[in-house]
Amino acid sequence: MSEAIPRRASTLAVSPTPSPVASFWQLALRRFLRHRVAVAGLLVLVAISLMAVAAPVLAPHSPTAIDASGFQAAPSAAHPLGTDSVGRDVLSRLIYAARVSLTVGILAVAMYVVIGTTVGAIAGYYGGTVDLVLSRTMDVMLSFPPLIIILFAVSVFGRPSLWNVIIVLGLLGWPPVARLVRGQVLALRQQEFVQAARAVGATDRVVMARHLLPNAMAPVLVAATFGTANAILIEAALSFLGLGVQPPTPSWGNMLTDAQSLTVLERMPWLWAPPGFMILISVLTINFVGDGLRDALDPGLKL
Amino acid sequence: MARYLVRRLLITLPILLGITVLSYFIMALTPGDPVQMLIDPQMTQADREIRRRALGLDEPAYIRYLKWLNELAHGNLGYSFSSGVPVTRRVGERIGPTLTLTVTALALSYLIALPTGILVAVRRYSAVDYAATLFAFLGISLPTFFLGLVGIYVFALRLRWLPTGGTMTLGGEGGLFDLALHLLLPASVLAVAGAGVLTRYVRSSMLEVLGQDYVRTARAKGLAELLVLRRHALRNALIPVITLAGLQIPGLLAGAVITEQIFEWPGMGRLTIEAINQRDYPVLMGITLISAVLVAVGNLLADLAYAYVDPRIHYE
Repeated sequence: MSEAIPRRASTLAVSPTPSPVASFWQLALRRFLRHRVAVAGLLVLVAISLMAVAAPVLAPHSPTAIDASGFQAAPSAAHPLGTDSVGRDVLSRLIYAARVSLTVGILAVAMYVVIGTTVGAIAGYYGGTVDLVLSRTMDVMLSFPPLIIILFAVSVFGRPSLWNVIIVLGLLGWPPVARLVRGQVLALRQQEFVQAARAVGATDRVVMARHLLPNAMAPVLVAATFGTANAILIEAALSFLGLGVQPPTPSWGNMLTDAQSLTVLERMPWLWAPPGFMILISVLTINFVGDGLRDALDPGLKL
Repeated sequence: MARYLVRRLLITLPILLGITVLSYFIMALTPGDPVQMLIDPQMTQADREIRRRALGLDEPAYIRYLKWLNELAHGNLGYSFSSGVPVTRRVGERIGPTLTLTVTALALSYLIALPTGILVAVRRYSAVDYAATLFAFLGISLPTFFLGLVGIYVFALRLRWLPTGGTMTLGGEGGLFDLALHLLLPASVLAVAGAGVLTRYVRSSMLEVLGQDYVRTARAKGLAELLVLRRHALRNALIPVITLAGLQIPGLLAGAVITEQIFEWPGMGRLTIEAINQRDYPVLMGITLISAVLVAVGNLLADLAYAYVDPRIHYE
């Protein structure tokens, strides 16, 4: 594909001239900043991300080091949140586990946003039989209860691990995004700027990549935000069941596994309450941010 | 209506077929052969040889899929790796408890969502409205397993009001009351996630109806506000909300996996985890397939119910 065509097509057809009025994204930012809960959520989220990045500095111990002097020890000066069933420091594991959750959330969602956007754009742009086949495929995949098909796939895909979870979520999560992009592309396809781009000889790929997708991205961004929250929840559930991230690697989900024993549940709340709250806080704040983004990007949308 | 029914069924059939294709595909990735799993391990060696040839294990993949599909159509979902029992029987004995749990949870979530949703629609932007919004966000953000553990910790271990799990008191006489006691906590945990979202739906549906001309007319002719709400607004607002029940099925089935595991509830969800731990792929596939079919049928019923209760909807 020649480089000249897309450039010429875009200057002729869309002309993103900076207008004196605020741009779409500036307006969106202004609306987002007015959503106080979302801004607060974003701040907490930034704090959690910083904690994940600075884990080696913040954690008092190594997350995998075993303190031979005691397992399931109650909180003390040396171990502010006590030690787990093997004698590892709970606070350090809690801090390091943020890395796992954020990695899964971001990578799995990035993967399925790319797949979903591609599939949705193709289905919406070409229509006809292509659309029929792709749309039915989406319907089929959406018929499987989310956790059950993921459990099935994870158990089939060899040994459970962090990467296993990311790949399974990434490969199975795309249909809602594809459906969203397809709808956007269908609506945009008939608009004049797209017809103009085609008239000046832009190829299908250029029309899709330059003219359709940038205009379809706002709802995808919202869906991706809620998707990240959901991916973190699913990773936690899988790891809790022993089918996700495996110890000694700490994950908020696998830190709760021990609480399936009633003795641990009743006598050692420091083992399971903190990771549970961390999951809740990170998922809740991401959902708040998603809500703010939805209000900011698509004021017409309800719920 | 009859034509719509036929058309809607015609859309569902390829989806059901697609569900089997995808299940077969994932099964093909497992060690062993999906077709081989259809053969009863308790047969004699000679009989199994005959079955193996009848199922054509050496034939190309699509023929094997068609034969596998044919067996499926005749109710043969294969045999459990771990016990040799037909999958239909293993899953069949677990469907009852799962239905008890999910239907109770669904009823509970409507019981919470209907009054709350109506209240916050009428008192829009009040403190109650914001509280309900927060509750909805908590509902979708709380991990089921954490909520379940907190529930057991508070209501079973600390307060000792409810049992920690199972379906009946050990050595007790059982009975309906005992079952209800065991059901209350897991069903509530399962209901929370759905209830939050459902409340939002009731709210927006109610708000939409309250803005309609016929509601204004009813008010204008001097009807008491309560009558306007009950007779004119509520009835219409409930139509889309009631049909949502069908769309709750995927979430409920997925939530049941975790809830049943935590509360030792002997349903399909717990069987899923058992099957994974025993690498019992035929059982796992049976559950996946059956739950997907339940979802597809649920969607179909939701659409039909909608078309049935709302005379304004015409499907050409």
